Amino acid sequence: MIRNFIRAALVSIGLFSGPALAEEPFIVVQSTTSTQNSGLLDYILPWFEAETGIDVRVVAVGTGQAIRNAINGDGDVLLVHAKADEEQFVEDGWGVERFDVMYNDFVLVGPKSDPAKVKGGSDIVAALTAVSEAEVPFASRGDDSGTHKAEMRHWNDAGVDPAAESGTWYRETGSGMGATLNVASGMDAYTLTDRATWESFGNRGNLEVLVEGDSRLFNQYGVILVNPEKHAGVRAAAGQRFVDWLIGPDGQAAIEAFELNGQQLFFPNAK
Amino acid sequence: MQGFASEFNTAFTLILNGDPELWAIVLLSLKVSVFAVLISALIGMPVGAALAVARFPGRRVLIILMNALMGFPPVVVGLLVYLMLSRSGPLGVLELLYTPTAMIIAQVVLVTPIVAALTRQVVEMLAEEYSEQLRSLGVSRLASVPVLLWDARLALVTALLAGFGRAIAEVGAVIIVGGNINHVTRVMTTTIALETSKGNLALALALGAILIGIAIAVNAMVSTLSLRAEREGLRHA
Repeated sequence: MIRNFIRAALVSIGLFSGPALAEEPFIVVQSTTSTQNSGLLDYILPWFEAETGIDVRVVAVGTGQAIRNAINGDGDVLLVHAKADEEQFVEDGWGVERFDVMYNDFVLVGPKSDPAKVKGGSDIVAALTAVSEAEVPFASRGDDSGTHKAEMRHWNDAGVDPAAESGTWYRETGSGMGATLNVASGMDAYTLTDRATWESFGNRGNLEVLVEGDSRLFNQYGVILVNPEKHAGVRAAAGQRFVDWLIGPDGQAAIEAFELNGQQLFFPNAK
Repeated sequence: MQGFASEFNTAFTLILNGDPELWAIVLLSLKVSVFAVLISALIGMPVGAALAVARFPGRRVLIILMNALMGFPPVVVGLLVYLMLSRSGPLGVLELLYTPTAMIIAQVVLVTPIVAALTRQVVEMLAEEYSEQLRSLGVSRLASVPVLLWDARLALVTALLAGFGRAIAEVGAVIIVGGNINHVTRVMTTTIALETSKGNLALALALGAILIGIAIAVNAMVSTLSLRAEREGLRHA
């Protein structure tokens, strides 16, 4: 019986393992959930793959984790959104050079009832001050991601230390943007999100965009080739082709062409 | 709630129409977990049986340790395997991170203690039952292991199924070491996690229903096989 089971299992494995074993050139890109969840990468990558025959394998995590994974050498290209950290990454020798790729913006979403009365404003710092004074639930990523770092900058500008209120009205989910939006939707909390994830998010409940348009809500994405001198295994040639494509006319046009619900979500701005 | 029903419908239409993308995910899940369970069986069964019959100092401690490892948090296993397979880790040169092989390794670490602990229990009971016979035949304790394993084969299938259940349902470890890469390491559970994070709750739930369906199908298949084997065994006896 066991022999039969093993035989059946081996046969089924043999059937499935064929294509997976065929090695084609590929690179691993450490990126953020916003570029994947919005569908951007699914939309633009086939063009690059058709042109070069290089398969792009995307690991989508928070920016903080993506950078740490890249420092460990577990990726060939880094595509994230925390400019200061990216520049530090290059300065420390982990990356070759950083290039601007595209931008969009963050928005403050919250319950339609808007207990903090921030709706319609365009001053993110004033809005967060109002949220902290009203002591209404605010869901924070709390995960060292690009969005979390942006949120912390705004709290700092507002002169509020939300960590002191952790567990009361300030709730750190320690998870990705989507999971945090699920939490905010569940408890009618305010939260800061990138526009791309928000537009593609399907479980909004009572949430809507309340504050947008502040120049401080600018969200820049950058791309960096991981330094092959630090990790010999880095697929530098293929990775460089991807970086060049992304900041070149073809990649920029592909980003420009991506729309969701009839709305452009990422704006190419490579120099 | 209307959107919920239609999303649910969409998901099941995808399954019924044999959507190739979805089926590839289902097949990869099965492939990874079946492989992991087979390897765990090769390691866990002999270890469990040896622990059942051998007598040596520290045996009790080992058994307690093994039983405790059944509850090893998958995220911790994922982290350990990641640290081993990372390019900065000791096995980095093998380039196994973010491959199905890495996911199999993580699942083997999770499943082996289950197979070993359950095997130990079953074989220990059998060994007590047969101890007189084995002694009169002059069979040493360790030499009796293959015989006892063969005799316990039907009970051991349950051990394998328990291991398979843990492997196929697990998400914390495979998402760390596999990276949830589309067409490469995306399996049922990581797809469900991804769809949940996109707020596509109905689609995620429908995928969960498929996962349960697979678990039921595998269990039914194996139990039919073992029933038939049992009947044949009785006929030959």
